[in-house]
Amino acid sequence: MNGGDEVVAAPPGPPQLLDWKFSQVFGERTAGEEVQEVDIISAIEFDKTGDHLATGDRGGRVVLFERTDTKDHGVSRRDLERMDYPIGRHPEFRYKTEFQSHEPEFDYLKSLEIEEKINKIRWCQTANSALFLLSTNDKTIKFWKVTSQETSLVARSRRVYAHAHDYHINSISNNSDGETFISADDLRINLWNLDISNQSFNIVDVKPANMEDLTEVITSAEFHPTHCNMLAYSSSKGSIRLIDLRQSALCDSHTKLFEEPEAPSSRSFFTEIIASISDIKFAKDGRYILSRDYMTLKLWDINMDSGPVATFQVHEYLRPKLCDLYENDSIFDKFECCLSGDGLRVATGSYSNLFRVFGCASGSSEATTLEATKNPMRRQVQTPSRPSRSLSSITRVVRRGPETPGVDANGNSFDFTTKLLHLAWHPTENSIACAAANSLYVYYA
Amino acid sequence: MAMIDEPLYPIAVLIDELKNEDIQLRLNSIRRLSTIARALGEERTRKELIPFLSENNDDDDEVLLAMAEELGVFIPYVGGVEYANVLLPPLETLCTVEETCVRDKAVESLCRIGAQLREQDLVESFIPLVKRLASGEWFAARVSSCGLFHIAYPTAPDALKTELRTIYGQLCQDDMPMVRRSAATNLGKFAASVEAPHLKVDIMSIFDDLTQDDQDSVRLLAVEGCAALGKLLEPQDCVAHILPVIVNFSQDKSWRVRYMVANQLYELCEAVGPEPTRSDLVPAYVRLLRDNEAEVRIAAAGKVTKFCRILNPELTIQHILPCVKELSTDSSQHVRSALASVIMGMAPILGKDATIEQLLPIFLSLLKDEFPDVRLNIISKLDQVNQVIGIDLLSQSLLPAIVELAEDRHWRVRLAIIEYIPLLASQLGVGFFDDKLGALCMQWLKDKVYSIRDAAANNVKRLAEEFGPDWAMQHIVPQVLDMINNPHYLYRMTILHAISLLAPVMGSDITCSKLLPVVINASKDRVPNIKFNVAKVLQSLIPIVDQSVVEKTIRPCLVELSEDPDVDVRFFAGQALESSDQVMMSS
Repeated sequence: MNGGDEVVAAPPGPPQLLDWKFSQVFGERTAGEEVQEVDIISAIEFDKTGDHLATGDRGGRVVLFERTDTKDHGVSRRDLERMDYPIGRHPEFRYKTEFQSHEPEFDYLKSLEIEEKINKIRWCQTANSALFLLSTNDKTIKFWKVTSQETSLVARSRRVYAHAHDYHINSISNNSDGETFISADDLRINLWNLDISNQSFNIVDVKPANMEDLTEVITSAEFHPTHCNMLAYSSSKGSIRLIDLRQSALCDSHTKLFEEPEAPSSRSFFTEIIASISDIKFAKDGRYILSRDYMTLKLWDINMDSGPVATFQVHEYLRPKLCDLYENDSIFDKFECCLSGDGLRVATGSYSNLFRVFGCASGSSEATTLEATKNPMRRQVQTPSRPSRSLSSITRVVRRGPETPGVDANGNSFDFTTKLLHLAWHPTENSIACAAANSLYVYYA
Repeated sequence: MAMIDEPLYPIAVLIDELKNEDIQLRLNSIRRLSTIARALGEERTRKELIPFLSENNDDDDEVLLAMAEELGVFIPYVGGVEYANVLLPPLETLCTVEETCVRDKAVESLCRIGAQLREQDLVESFIPLVKRLASGEWFAARVSSCGLFHIAYPTAPDALKTELRTIYGQLCQDDMPMVRRSAATNLGKFAASVEAPHLKVDIMSIFDDLTQDDQDSVRLLAVEGCAALGKLLEPQDCVAHILPVIVNFSQDKSWRVRYMVANQLYELCEAVGPEPTRSDLVPAYVRLLRDNEAEVRIAAAGKVTKFCRILNPELTIQHILPCVKELSTDSSQHVRSALASVIMGMAPILGKDATIEQLLPIFLSLLKDEFPDVRLNIISKLDQVNQVIGIDLLSQSLLPAIVELAEDRHWRVRLAIIEYIPLLASQLGVGFFDDKLGALCMQWLKDKVYSIRDAAANNVKRLAEEFGPDWAMQHIVPQVLDMINNPHYLYRMTILHAISLLAPVMGSDITCSKLLPVVINASKDRVPNIKFNVAKVLQSLIPIVDQSVVEKTIRPCLVELSEDPDVDVRFFAGQALESSDQVMMSS
């Protein structure tokens, strides 16, 4: 929990505004090409070193990419870790391999179809020269090993962690101890040992005795990056709970609760729905937690439970449209969020394949909107991220004509069908990978 | 060793199958690696087979595990100890795979080989191998290295010994928690191989670092190290260095660490001696028995007998018994269950008077526990109390407890109590049994659940063994045979099963006069399943009864069944007839 001060006390004055440039696109859509449902990307994750990137899709496939600009044979991994990358280079990836992680299934006991869609991917520590990762759909988590055999790459499912969740799995997260991980569904969080697939321990259970009393569900959970005993989970009521595995075997009571009291004046039918947190992420140093709800990004200091240290407006301009968004279910879209490795910036997705990057260092008013195309800056929609901040750069709106179904009062266009839900920040560099439908875009600054 | 006692063709097949696509074939072949090696001869084994195996490291875990195991006993097949070196490379490779059980087996095999190596080979091959693994790029190699130091160390020259101690210290501070865990796990073994002066300095400082690790999972393993190290140190050093650590651990923030202490504490009592036990370990243990976390109380309660066995009875009565009383009404059923599974063992420690005065009320309250496992655990250990205070004092409470368990709605609970009936019968004696439990045993034969009926039939047999045929004739057999008229064929089948179990116990005479007629009668049953079970039972009776009875009674019945319209009945009748033919021929 210490050392977080460095983030805030960074170089004198706010860091420079980042100049984002397009780097790469994989699976770009040609004009008029119809997107196949199964090809839509549903998970993105960099590994710890940033040398590998994995995506999962609705068709149950996992695709791996590897970094090409740092490949340097004969240098050990440890040396590479110590080495700073030469300035001027930016991460470039190439397709490495892909494999079918999950297949559609049918639960005969409950008469339920189980989709193959990959909900989350998490990389694991590498025990040897192979790559290891966890992938999960709604019900089943799998542990994969990817090795090169002769000339080809082979993915083998090493373990299957099944039958432990009655509800849909929304998160998996590795512990810093390297031997355990958690999986969270709507009502429960289970703790697993990576080596043992036939038993898990239930550590959080929010299921009420009577389901009619249910008012809150778990939406996301993550282990602290360095403290093996701490984990955080978010809820549909907009709260984040920090729990300490040391205190008790069953962690139904939290150590800390983070929530922002709502202003009674702004209360409406939608208040509870838009308060729901769709994603939380610990900053690398473990002191801050970033959360995303429908309207905002919030940054929390785990030493301060009175309220967020910063709030970034992402969708404020949609407030008048909440009724429409409710009608077409968009209000339930689950946007992910991410932090830069240095903790100075945060990012999250939006509609019309846009994503937004905010500076969170003190004094920073950075708020950039980018579009997941080859020309990310071609549409800069600037909406004030914090009321106090001035608009520093130009506000230029490029309309996309026929593709744009709606334009709001400010001239901001939005297209609910093209939403950018999934994105990830490179662990050591200013590079973001994000998914626009079936296409993976990588940007750098 | 060059014994070619199997034809060459199968060897070629085995070698071929080492490369087969089918994992089962590869596995078979690996398990017969010694046969292949013998056929190849020592030289070709060294020059061809071992290099081939060295490359084969991306196979299925099962194959790698089998290979790691086989290589550990392979010294004779490569030409004896002077050639044992060649086995190191394939095992070194196996030490770097990600699967823990394969690595562990490879380390085990390396230790086995290392223990036989010549000193020169240890210095020239084995120690460099340990150092290579310890500086491995990936954590799997470093994890494996920790388990090899205790073999490498004793024969190393002094300079190398210093280096090995330094490397071990570095492993204990590795970036990866997995490596630190492995170093903590193996510390006791390594410490045992280190000279006393270094033990007190180097090893204890390594140990101190591990006890302060940020990772709970590492501190947990350091707790285990406490007992192992404690046994190596002189009692005064143990009191000075280990005791404060364990007392600290018993108040660790993490319940998992306290849980480990609760499990291990009794082992340390002997290492530190009686006085520190009384002054430090008893208070620590009492705290653990009253821990906030139920898991910790479960572990502490489960060790209460082992701990008290080390203490004197006065300390037990003064300090531990009050906690035991509290635990017997603990809010967690699992704590009560853990206590119930060991508390009976305290009776011999405390002796008759203290047991009656102090423990009996606790036994009785646990026998009335709402949770069946608690009651079952008490009943399962009755014999331990019986020896000290006899059963009479308990019997009043025992019967209601047994009856309630016998009628529990969960069949697993009913099954568990049936298993204990023969034990109860032997402890309670015939008189008590006749009055109270006989009816229950019959009732289970008519249970809705097959497993219960099956266990009940077995129980009837075990009772007959316990109390003898005469008693059984009076108290069981007539009641059992009565049930053959039950309208439901599944219950009739249970009775046939019981008869086949009873017959060997009851002997030839009773079988012929009482059991056989019932079986013969059942061959007229309208249900084919009964009829083919009759055939099976008759087959089992053939060796028990006299040959004339087989001729006169059993065979005619089987012949009739062998012409039954039902194919299964004919099949089993035929099988029984065949076996009776064989008995006749052999006699």
